[in-house]
Amino acid sequence: MSETADRVKKIVVEHLGVEAEKVTEDASFIDDLGADSLDIVELVMAFEEEFGVEIPDDAAEKIATVKDAIDYIDSKA
Amino acid sequence: MRRVVVTGLGMVSPLGGDVETTWKNIIASKSGAATIARFDATDYKCRIACEVKPADHEYGYDASIDVDHKIQRQVDPFIVYGISAASQALRDAGLDNMSEEERLRAGCSIGSGIGGLPGIESESLVLANKGPNRVSPHFVHGRLINLISGQVSIKYGLMGPNHAVVTACSTGAHSIGDAARMIAMDDADVMLAGGAESAICPIGIAGFAQARALSTGFNDTPEKASRPYDVNRDGFVMGEGAGVVVLEEYEHAKKRGAKIYAEVIGYGLTGDAYHVTAPHPEGNGGFRSMQMALKRSGLALEDIDYVNAHGTSTPLGDELELGAVKRLFGDHLGSMSMSSTKSAIGHLLGGAGAVESIFCILAMRDQIVPPTLNLDEPSESCKGVDLVPHVAKERKVRAVLNNSFGFGGTNASLIMKAI
Repeated sequence: MSETADRVKKIVVEHLGVEAEKVTEDASFIDDLGADSLDIVELVMAFEEEFGVEIPDDAAEKIATVKDAIDYIDSKA
Repeated sequence: MRRVVVTGLGMVSPLGGDVETTWKNIIASKSGAATIARFDATDYKCRIACEVKPADHEYGYDASIDVDHKIQRQVDPFIVYGISAASQALRDAGLDNMSEEERLRAGCSIGSGIGGLPGIESESLVLANKGPNRVSPHFVHGRLINLISGQVSIKYGLMGPNHAVVTACSTGAHSIGDAARMIAMDDADVMLAGGAESAICPIGIAGFAQARALSTGFNDTPEKASRPYDVNRDGFVMGEGAGVVVLEEYEHAKKRGAKIYAEVIGYGLTGDAYHVTAPHPEGNGGFRSMQMALKRSGLALEDIDYVNAHGTSTPLGDELELGAVKRLFGDHLGSMSMSSTKSAIGHLLGGAGAVESIFCILAMRDQIVPPTLNLDEPSESCKGVDLVPHVAKERKVRAVLNNSFGFGGTNASLIMKAI
């Protein structure tokens, strides 16, 4: 598992209050992890802070799964 | 009019994370006051408060029993306390698993005096330091006063009236009185009613201290600071927490064999029309509020055995309430007891009236009245009034009166009796 993946998963666990095992790369924030649209806004803010990247709204809207987030962050690194 | 009874109780307080722990500590004359732990108050005029204690404390509060981790992160503590107290009350009433039909007739009226002050403070700092795009998307609905009622209704599927009173320190009492009327008027069969507060944060302590409302002379002996009716009192001690009761239509409660704590029989509400923070110099608003509740109750003065006073430990307020109570009770003053439980848990602001109504109910259940702590030297005007100094007192308690008065000159009085 990449370092980015570890840090993303840690943020997801903390913000959504879900068990770490549930945060697989295929997990959908809304369908599998109980997030709503505002939770995703908050997660994206947390990713921006953690990785020092800017995630514009149109890109954020495409982040549906844990893997989407990891891939986007890695692409900007 | 339909009769309204209390069938469930829930509480989070500086002396316990539930009703029974708090009550046991109140009766044992414990104080919830201490040096403020939540932030460094070294430079503040007032450095003490009655904070809700962490879960590992002897009488601490564990939010995780009833509130999801995610919600705890997103909303201000007053909402978390409110959800906990409401959950406890529903379980106590045996109503935490109602049918859809029942839930259509069940609602919430849980308010707050100030709302999410700590979150408003901290997110304002985020805005100032990091800019608008870092403000939490949960900022607004995590701070709004009606979001206890909102969260609780979602958690338990309550589809009846969804309401929230905002009347400063009268909020808890108004919430119960108003919700009782909703049941009496047939808008609902079951209502969760009460109030919550958590404003122990830098701007909250600074603001109340600047309004000259807080005690500032007992920073080294916090447990001595809240001393209603004592000659050396110098302001209130900020408390926090929540109180919620289940109100239920009498026949509805009887039919399902519910445990009935008390009946809400009198409610009075008035305005001082005088000053934003100072009470009317003759205590007229409070007097008329008590009088109105008494008239509605149909009781005689001699039927009321216990008064839980607003009694915040401010020099002016205590004296004026005492004067109004003496004027109202007249010749019957000698047969009742009156105390201020704010001496033990501080002033819960919007939560006060609800938490104190619960103490009134427990006084009737256990036939014991809670003490006024630190009443070492009663002021001259206390003569002839049993203010239950220092220790709880076993006595007959058939009916109770609870007073709450708030900034803006808003007054509420509730009368309940055992049935």
